[in-house]
Amino acid sequence: MATETETTSGPGPVDGGPDGPVASLRTYVEGPNTVGQSRPFWAGFVVAVLALAAYPAIVGGYQASRFSLFMVYAFLGLSLSLVWGYAGILSFGQVVFFGVAGYTFGVVAVNFATPAGITAAFFAGIVGGALMAAVLGYFMFYGGVRDVYVTIITLVSTLVLHTFMAQTAGDEWTVGKAALGGFNGMPTIPNLAFGVEGAAVRFGSVSFYYLVLVLLVGTYLGLRALVNSDYGRVMVAVREDEDRTRMFGYDVERVKLVVFTVGGALAGLSGVLYAAWGNYVSPQVFELAFASLPVIWASVGGRKTLLGAAAATIGIEFFRNSLGGEWALVAVGVLLLVFVLGLPGGIVPWVHDRYLGFRTDAGGPAPPESAENPEVTDS
Amino acid sequence: MPNGLNLLFQFLDSFAFIVLAAAGLAIIFGIMGVINLAHGEFIMVGAYATTLANLEAGLPLPLAMLVGVLVTAMFGLVVERVVISGTVPNAIGRRVLGRDVVEPLYDRLADSMVATWGLSLVMVQGVRLTLGNSLDQIGTPLGKIAYGGFSYSSYRVLLAGVALGLLAATYLAFTRTDYGMRARATVQDDDTARALGVDTERTYMTTFALGSALAGFTGALYAPTITMVPGLGGSFLVEAFVAVVVGGPGVVLGTTLAGGLLGAINALFSNLVGTFFGRIALLVTAIVMLRFLPDGITGFLDRLRQRRQEGA
Repeated sequence: MATETETTSGPGPVDGGPDGPVASLRTYVEGPNTVGQSRPFWAGFVVAVLALAAYPAIVGGYQASRFSLFMVYAFLGLSLSLVWGYAGILSFGQVVFFGVAGYTFGVVAVNFATPAGITAAFFAGIVGGALMAAVLGYFMFYGGVRDVYVTIITLVSTLVLHTFMAQTAGDEWTVGKAALGGFNGMPTIPNLAFGVEGAAVRFGSVSFYYLVLVLLVGTYLGLRALVNSDYGRVMVAVREDEDRTRMFGYDVERVKLVVFTVGGALAGLSGVLYAAWGNYVSPQVFELAFASLPVIWASVGGRKTLLGAAAATIGIEFFRNSLGGEWALVAVGVLLLVFVLGLPGGIVPWVHDRYLGFRTDAGGPAPPESAENPEVTDS
Repeated sequence: MPNGLNLLFQFLDSFAFIVLAAAGLAIIFGIMGVINLAHGEFIMVGAYATTLANLEAGLPLPLAMLVGVLVTAMFGLVVERVVISGTVPNAIGRRVLGRDVVEPLYDRLADSMVATWGLSLVMVQGVRLTLGNSLDQIGTPLGKIAYGGFSYSSYRVLLAGVALGLLAATYLAFTRTDYGMRARATVQDDDTARALGVDTERTYMTTFALGSALAGFTGALYAPTITMVPGLGGSFLVEAFVAVVVGGPGVVLGTTLAGGLLGAINALFSNLVGTFFGRIALLVTAIVMLRFLPDGITGFLDRLRQRRQEGA
């Protein structure tokens, strides 16, 4: 999906109005809150998805399995993009929901290692992440905690869980058959499977890759529909000015709680897939170094675009993993510094603005002047 | 009785740790509105410089500590010019591209957190790559105090005294010196301060260097007591961060009260349940305090004072 960023910068024909079933579907996922409404964008999108679908056949199962981890992380990146980029809640705690979901999945799946049990564990993990987010969000938003203090509370929550999980080494921390394992974490978590005994689909390396790809594309399109709906507009209004939105009669606290919970569920989905991918989860997922990664992905890609967050997550993780070892963290740190200082909006919005500027120069219909209201002329 | 003494020493130890860790961060946060997530790494620079000056260059410990402070202050100055104020990149940008390329991070809390987090990643990994995974450690000076079957390092008790001295010195610096007056004017209203001839840019620069020097001082003081690894700043950062947030905008009073409260809770729970729970209790206290007193202790005291004045 990393290639999609380039497709938005190429020249292309201007869109017609909506006609046909595809076009009417497009009205749901297009709007001022996402970049990429043009026909070339969707053509590029389809090409990118097809390329990703062909990837395992080209590079083999091992590389595909490695790549599926980056796509698993993309859910985490998307969850932060949703809560931070669209609702204005900078959370350092997405990994809390990620980790809680991973551990929940692990505990349930180890205890009930049948396909039905693992299916239940999958949903239990996501619900666990969402529930954790709902509790924390209720505690914060209805308590009047705002702005940077939300960030700090989420950051401290990460540290609490890290400290807590690291000391669960003893026998008293065993849930049924599953030992939490303290600092060493929980090994032997089974692979993901859906269905009941006898009629089950189990996901190994390549089939897991396709499962993640399908879920990711579905999640991306679903989130586009969400942020371009009326509810999405209210979210953006909350981000831009809480007090004014409240004046208009919206329940700002509830909006933030709902978005935060949805973000928690998404991070939870990522955590469940992560635990199933590596058959392993450990307190490392609550470490500051890991907690900062979603912030890095969203900042670099552009937090106000879902595409940016997802593409940057996959791109950065691919880069970090391929570079490997010691210099990777230095490179990531420098990347973060450069982007926060030089390009606070992120790559994708920047490319998008260049593209709009290019189209205006080329004599296309003049887009409205600013990034505040991108591409409304396209639809 | 020995357990009472144990508790007292534990309290003094956590109080000193929290206050010393937080002081530099509190000053930078309170005056510049910058949350420096690389604060722990600044402490690491101080500790490393002290250790290297003592063991490699053979300087006596007090002199090595001075080197640690100076090196960190210089480093802070460079970081302020390059990252926080963006003066250096902008000067280059103006020459090459004819325009400014970055905006200062002053009062941009979230952005400053993200940028300094990037800085901290670079610093930890950079030190690991250049100096290896650990350094030799300076032995803890000053011996031990023995009482009823227990003993405690006198150096660590001394640190509590140093923490109090540091708070007093900071108070004097902000109330009695020219710089302190300028800094307080800048916090209250930087436009007016500038109109009255305060060079706010320079105040920010000095403040960041001062905060860095304090971080370096903390690193220098703790260099003989902790393991010298590149990631040593992490443990300082958490306590410092929590103390600053719980303390609120008043730098000296906030840090003192937060250090006292959090130190007591940490010592009590560590003593009763275990070290892990001491830390968890400290963090949970911070979350609860933030929920009920989002402006911290000093913000709450300010509100009380205002209400009383209105009532009178």
